[in-house]
Amino acid sequence: MSVAAAHVGPGEQQLPQDQPQRKRGLTGYLLLLPGALWLLVFFVVPTVTLVSTSLYDPTGSISTGYQMTFHWQNYVEAVQEYAPQLWRSFVYAGLATIACMLLGYPLAYAIAFKSGRWKNLMLVLVIAPFFTSFLVRTLSWQLLLGDNGWAVDVLRTLGILGADGHLLATPFAVVTGLTYNFLPFMVLPLYASLEKLDPRMLEAGADLYAAPFTTFRKITLPLSMPGLVAGTLLTFIPAAGDYINSELLGTPTTRMIGNEIQDLFAAGAYPVAAALSVTLMIVIVSMVFFYVRRSGTEDLV
Amino acid sequence: MPSADLVLSAVTKRFGSFTAVEDLDLTVPEGSFFALLGPSGCGKTTTLRMVAGLEEPTAGTIRLGDADITHLRPYKRPVNTVFQSYALFPHLTIFENVAFGLRRRGADNVKTQVHEMLELVELEQYAGRKPAQLSGGQQQRVALARALINRPQVLLLDEPLGALDLKLRRQMQIELKRIQTEVGITFVHVTHDQEEAMTMADTVAVMNAGVIEQMGEPLELYENPATTFASNFLGQSNLVAGRVLERSADTVLLDVQGTKLVAPAARAQSRQQDVWVGVRPEKVFLAAAETETDDGSNALRGAVVTDVSFVGVSTQYLARLPWGQELTVFEQNTGARESFRRGERVDLHWMPGHTFLLDAAQDASAGVEKEEDL
Amino acid sequence: MSTVAYRSRRWLGDRMVLVYALLVLLYMALPVFVVILMSFNDPSSRQSYEFDGFTWDNWTNICGPYQLCSSVGTSLKIGLLTTLLATALGTLMAFGMVRHRFRGRAVANVGIFLPMASPEIVLGSSLLAMFVSAGLGGVLGFWTIFVAHVMFCLSFVVVTVKARLSGLDPRLEQAAMDLYANEWQTFWRITFPLVFPGILAAALLSFSLSFDDFIITNLNAGQTVTFPMFVWGAAQRGIPPQINVIGTIMFLLALTLVVAGELARRRRFGR
Repeated sequence: MSVAAAHVGPGEQQLPQDQPQRKRGLTGYLLLLPGALWLLVFFVVPTVTLVSTSLYDPTGSISTGYQMTFHWQNYVEAVQEYAPQLWRSFVYAGLATIACMLLGYPLAYAIAFKSGRWKNLMLVLVIAPFFTSFLVRTLSWQLLLGDNGWAVDVLRTLGILGADGHLLATPFAVVTGLTYNFLPFMVLPLYASLEKLDPRMLEAGADLYAAPFTTFRKITLPLSMPGLVAGTLLTFIPAAGDYINSELLGTPTTRMIGNEIQDLFAAGAYPVAAALSVTLMIVIVSMVFFYVRRSGTEDLV
Repeated sequence: MPSADLVLSAVTKRFGSFTAVEDLDLTVPEGSFFALLGPSGCGKTTTLRMVAGLEEPTAGTIRLGDADITHLRPYKRPVNTVFQSYALFPHLTIFENVAFGLRRRGADNVKTQVHEMLELVELEQYAGRKPAQLSGGQQQRVALARALINRPQVLLLDEPLGALDLKLRRQMQIELKRIQTEVGITFVHVTHDQEEAMTMADTVAVMNAGVIEQMGEPLELYENPATTFASNFLGQSNLVAGRVLERSADTVLLDVQGTKLVAPAARAQSRQQDVWVGVRPEKVFLAAAETETDDGSNALRGAVVTDVSFVGVSTQYLARLPWGQELTVFEQNTGARESFRRGERVDLHWMPGHTFLLDAAQDASAGVEKEEDL
Repeated sequence: MSTVAYRSRRWLGDRMVLVYALLVLLYMALPVFVVILMSFNDPSSRQSYEFDGFTWDNWTNICGPYQLCSSVGTSLKIGLLTTLLATALGTLMAFGMVRHRFRGRAVANVGIFLPMASPEIVLGSSLLAMFVSAGLGGVLGFWTIFVAHVMFCLSFVVVTVKARLSGLDPRLEQAAMDLYANEWQTFWRITFPLVFPGILAAALLSFSLSFDDFIITNLNAGQTVTFPMFVWGAAQRGIPPQINVIGTIMFLLALTLVVAGELARRRRFGR
């Protein structure tokens, strides 16, 4: 916790004046205005444009221009044709999210409660891989999972992989890449959530005869829910739309919806591509909406 | 020179529907050590913050001498605060922390003044360190130095000794009193520790639920409490229900459960017929049951000792009287006689002059230290 | 069970989480080691991507491959500009959200969260759609990339600064005002220095995200080539080992910055 964090001394009460009272007036709006405008013009408006693009007549192209014909069939066609990729994307993203949870939760927990002096160092180590270009790192996975890499060797020796087995160019590789990529997005919100817990609560749990796992299940886990949910949203959603891992570590049979959207845009088939994009977006917005309905927006950012 | 008394008139502070301070009137004489005493949540800190300018009163005025400072910003008032959590600036050295106020006002000789002040609080050698490197007690002294160096007209202290251990706290109490006497500045000290208030202050105001219940010198407050709250919050009291039989110019004759007791008329806070008859536990002495005395003391007979606690300096007894009420008695361990044992039958005696009478309409348990206040 | 067994189980349990965590960190660091290793690789052929032999050549001849250095330069320029603007706008927003009242807080929270949570393909494609509709289809390049980067970095800056700002003890500012500092002085002498580490962290994060971005950039770049785009192209054509040199340099640079920041913080606060 930062050195300047609010320090409540023993016997001290948290009076109303200890919480910073938010100032009235227009200053708030003024401070938010520039950023809000930027997001409005470059996030909200494009979203609207995307939706309208998805309703263009699919027979148009960049050269001939597009006609807005409210062509809802774009959606029907897009979903029908690319249903496998859509499904595959959600499955891979789901697996990657679960893997991130299994790997990331203990890591976040360790940093929050067990790291002592090394807390900041460990946090840096979580973010540090970020600093190497993400594409370059993904290429490294090509090496690590390649047929001549030691991972494959070990697995072949152990018999887990057949003599002809690959790790690369498999769904496994794609999910591994996704997991690797989005792990910090799971760890950091979780850490933020866990950090706010008073470790004495956990001690109290132990004092009241709860076995360590019970303490975790009944105290830690529920209280870290906001972080867990935020982490899940920040992992699952972007992972579902990724195509880099699929392209570099997979094969044509592992193509995700992101691959298709990218190729369609590159080919100029804007309406269909946009329809797919919007479909993806609708799924996301629904997920966020459900979360907000349940838990409000305060914990989001 | 015009007096620089601090005067609060009809000061009220409301937070939404919650009233923290209700119609408060207070005068702090210039140069005195004034303690605002009360349990958590009674509004004492809020009052302090209004004097500092960190909170604006909903109604009422605050005057310092001739100046009305009610609506002045904190940086415009000749008032400084020592915060409960010290609030030292973590990114500045001790030197810069102490120099902060001086620098903002563009003073000369900053260096000399800071070093003098650090000497006063015995932290000379820590000038170049950061707050995080100091212990709690040292931080507290820096906070004090940082405020004092500006020679404010009033120094406000918000439970500054709360986070210190007992020994250090006792030390600092003496220190603070010494510094105040030396420097001559008005100190307003907010605390929930009644011992602290009585030790250090010239005047104590007992505050409860946004109002001041009683104000005066510690001795006066202690020996002659005006409300049940004051009687229970400052030290402990025995309060027994009684009826007034006769009032004369000097004395009041009372009936308590069939026994006749005498109280001085000057110490009667109520003119009603039903009163609380109060006496401090240390004023009561125990005698074996049926012992006759001719010293004119008030006596409640037929009690049984239900608890004996040896506290080193004194022995604390609980004695149950025939009507079921338990009274507390403190007897100093002078060694003159053996202490009583549980189950022994005793009589309680005290000099009538130590009796005080309070309004029976008040809650006899007001101000008793409950577990949740600790 | 016996005390010894119980104690050793607890000791193990305690350590187990930490050990597991360290293993995960190792897993995260693994590709980085590969990158550093491969930067010294002497490839046997253009197509191979294995460790064939050790050489310093890659480091001495970083700009050998066509367009490598120019793409890095482009990415650096965009990154710096993005960082400046995103950090400025985001910090203002963070202050607004933490310290001031305004209507529509829920909308603001969602509005900041969505860009972080959306898949890059959706963000990128919507921007492309807008640019094309606005008739800018022919001028996609440096500035459209810049605009896109600021857009998605903004949210991360807000979250980072907000976290730091919320943790700031309001009594410090009260103490400053008690000690004769007016609002302006209080802000510059107390608030800003204490929030600054958060702003710095946000800037670093912003730069990393911008430098690293591929999907959004790819859709909106036109003819401009950024470093990630170069790498993508190389992945199809043949990977020059200098890519790993750049990766290593970026890593070491950022690591140095972070370590320097931490040392400065320790010096500043004495702990």
